[in-house]
Amino acid sequence: MSGPLLEVRDLVKHYKATGFLARKAPPVRAVDGVSFSVGKGETLGLVGESGCGKSTVGRTILRLQDATAGSVSFDGSDFLALDSATLRQARRKLQIIFQDPYSSLNPRMTVGDAIAEGIEIHRLAPRAEIAGRVAQLLEEVGLDPGYATRYPHEFSGGQRQRIGIARALAVEPAFIVCDEPVSALDVSVQAQVLNLLADLQARRGISYLFIAHDLAVVRQIAHRVAVMYLGRIVETGPTEEVLAHPAHPYTKALLSAVPVPDPDTQRLRIVLPGDPPSPSNPPSGCAFHPRCPHPAKDARCTTERPLLHQLGGIEVACHHAGADS
Amino acid sequence: MTGSLWRLLSRTVANPSGRLGLLILAVLAAFVLIGPRLLPDPNAMPDLMAGALAPGAGHPFGTDQLNRDILSRVVTGGRISLSISALAVALAVLLGALVGGLAGFYGGWLDGALMRLVDGALAIPRLFLLLLLVAVWEQMPLGALVLVLGGTGWFGTSRIVRGEVLRLREAEFVSAARALGAGPGRIILHHLLPNVAGPLLVAATLGVGDVILLEAGLSFLGVGVRPPTPSWGGMILDARSLLTTAPWASIFPGLAIVVTVLAVNLIGDALRGALDPRSA
Amino acid sequence: MSPLLEVEDLRIAFPSSGATSRPVDGVSFSLSKGELLAVVGESGCGKSLTSLALLRLVPPPGQILPGSAIRLGGTDVLGLNDSELRSIRGRRIGMIFQDPMTSLNPVFTVADQISESVRAHQNVSKRAARARALELLQEVGIPDPVERLDNYPHQMSGGMRQRVMIAIALASEPELLIADEPTTALDVTVQAQILELLDGLRARRGMAVLLITHDLGIVAGRADRVAVMYAGRLVEEAPTAALFARPSHPYTKGLLASVPRITGAVTRLTPIAGTVPPPTAWPAGCRFHPRCPAVLPRCATDDPPALPVGPHHQMRCWLAEAGQA
Repeated sequence: MSGPLLEVRDLVKHYKATGFLARKAPPVRAVDGVSFSVGKGETLGLVGESGCGKSTVGRTILRLQDATAGSVSFDGSDFLALDSATLRQARRKLQIIFQDPYSSLNPRMTVGDAIAEGIEIHRLAPRAEIAGRVAQLLEEVGLDPGYATRYPHEFSGGQRQRIGIARALAVEPAFIVCDEPVSALDVSVQAQVLNLLADLQARRGISYLFIAHDLAVVRQIAHRVAVMYLGRIVETGPTEEVLAHPAHPYTKALLSAVPVPDPDTQRLRIVLPGDPPSPSNPPSGCAFHPRCPHPAKDARCTTERPLLHQLGGIEVACHHAGADS
Repeated sequence: MTGSLWRLLSRTVANPSGRLGLLILAVLAAFVLIGPRLLPDPNAMPDLMAGALAPGAGHPFGTDQLNRDILSRVVTGGRISLSISALAVALAVLLGALVGGLAGFYGGWLDGALMRLVDGALAIPRLFLLLLLVAVWEQMPLGALVLVLGGTGWFGTSRIVRGEVLRLREAEFVSAARALGAGPGRIILHHLLPNVAGPLLVAATLGVGDVILLEAGLSFLGVGVRPPTPSWGGMILDARSLLTTAPWASIFPGLAIVVTVLAVNLIGDALRGALDPRSA
Repeated sequence: MSPLLEVEDLRIAFPSSGATSRPVDGVSFSLSKGELLAVVGESGCGKSLTSLALLRLVPPPGQILPGSAIRLGGTDVLGLNDSELRSIRGRRIGMIFQDPMTSLNPVFTVADQISESVRAHQNVSKRAARARALELLQEVGIPDPVERLDNYPHQMSGGMRQRVMIAIALASEPELLIADEPTTALDVTVQAQILELLDGLRARRGMAVLLITHDLGIVAGRADRVAVMYAGRLVEEAPTAALFARPSHPYTKGLLASVPRITGAVTRLTPIAGTVPPPTAWPAGCRFHPRCPAVLPRCATDDPPALPVGPHHQMRCWLAEAGQA
């Protein structure tokens, strides 16, 4: 099979404003026209700050929320258009792991039952073999197979994340959305989980959409990266390229704000003024223009929304990218 | 799920007040189940002329003005009261879970309609509602009493269940189940119900105390359990005129009510404490 | 010059069913006027409890054990009675917390909350307090402070709420500011703003800052000295440059090796083996020894004291004696 494993085109997710008196209020444009692709065995990092819509992208791709518009091409068909019967089958191939290790596991279900659920739903093994499969999966994620009879509250955050990974692996997916899987973990545990994810990818050839707000973490694991701001992708390309030569002013600011554990590093800290705008009231034209420090910023930025275009090895959505430094 | 239910119960037993409540209830249950076999007929009047006798040999709790043994009447009355309460609460829990679950899970207009109904019903005091119903239906048989008590007791429970279901619907482990391909049936059975069972159990246990008091109240007013079937409330009604001359006729049934409701509340509180996952 | 804050052998005990645990077990450090000391550690190391102890806010049933000493400019904090304590809390020592959403009262306006802090320590009229609140909002860099005065917390973004918290803490000109993970809940660009603000305040007011964090990155650019905490104690303490140039304690080295980097080569992370021990089960001897890659035989039985490694640089590790870490 040639071509990318997963291709997202013009994905849109708008939330209607809720409440009796809010009927006339504008919708919340959480995801406002996002397109990208992920190859087999590849990790695409999706980076942005809170409110930029990255988690919504992940959930909408998996149809945990209904998309307002757009298509998700997977394995030859549009995942968003599948009817419920076919969808159930197809769900095996696209899985998700969550950020919060404390709410992603059912507190009243044993670890073994949680991991076995996918196997049972899709009848991947006869009843007698399920326990064996669960034990194998636990070992694969670095946990003692004897843990299957225990409950989630007996485990630490890092261990719960591993259990969540085992649950996703049980159905042998080709693609996993990793929704900030290490953000809630301590530094040393974070490293363990990142290594595990990398090993699983090497061994099983799984593709990841790795959603995070920490650029350093994304750099560690992603082959390519897409930077999001207010529901739109502003820059995308191979990770090293984007981080070494960021073209979009927001990417530059984001990069300069990442704390570096090295006191000798002299970096120009670009401190962006103000707060990120609200997704229910995005600025006209380029969403970033009110905070943008680019010297060539002009009237076009306030009226015309920039689209992603090729600039050397990356794609960037800015009218003036490349016109400085 | 049975494993976690077992954990819940064992934690309740570990709690001292829970233990006390369970002990009292166990003793009561023993009395109520075995007692009627060993004790004299509650309606027998062996020595009508003797009237009300103070507690003593032959009559540990004394007799009422018709010379009926109070201990047997308390025990038999207990059987009636406890079974009515248990059945009524079971009905209320079922109705509450059904309505609350549907409203929470499907949302939309169904949720709106059901909850407005519940809001309206909650606005009417339960006792008033009950009195209205018994006034309409003279000589209500016990079965109907159960229906009426249960039918007026599910409103609060449905709100609790709806709230829990709403919260759980958004829980990440439910999203995970959906991502795995689980259908609504599986989600409700394996993910929602086990997590709602805890608060439901607490509501049910505390509800038993409420119903016992209500039933006693109705019987006291003469519109609950009809004589000569003994019931605690009915006994207190009968003993009204004996308050100064034979106080034991009202003390013992009153004590029975207090002790039972106390036991049930202790258990309910301990259950609620046991539900908190942090108090391991 | 004598230090502003001196903490000696701080121990905090928490009785729980059965055993008593000591989540803080012998912490000593000092802080001079205008200095920023960062205490770095992962969850469960006792750093937050330590900061609460400085204000005697340890939640019951925890208690500070006798033998501990906390001195603020010569005053023995542990020996104060309630009213004396109140004159220290908020006035000489200010504190800001991690989550500004739950630390601010949602039903009072910003002006009310800052004024309350002002009037708690100074006998001024409501109008004077409000004027002071406005000054403070300006000092912490809130745009349109006049309008913001009457905002409620929910009308402001996370970064702004954190600034309001800082304003409240500054109201009485404290000599020492304790910041417990002040930027953890914030986006990285907002984080940079808040850290710049703290730097500026420190320079202008000569205020000392105790910064509690798990993020080595924010420490590198800002702190004068760093103390690394593990299992209830400080395991390494040094001036910032020295700590990063010559990390000596195996735990510190392990932490640095498990943090993903934004610059330099991307190599596989080396996480620290094992997991953090709970306070109810501290290992015997050196508390880090079960996880230590450089463990010596005596580490299992002898608990190392703080040993010198360089100028103002010490660590609790037997390797310091061997002359090498």
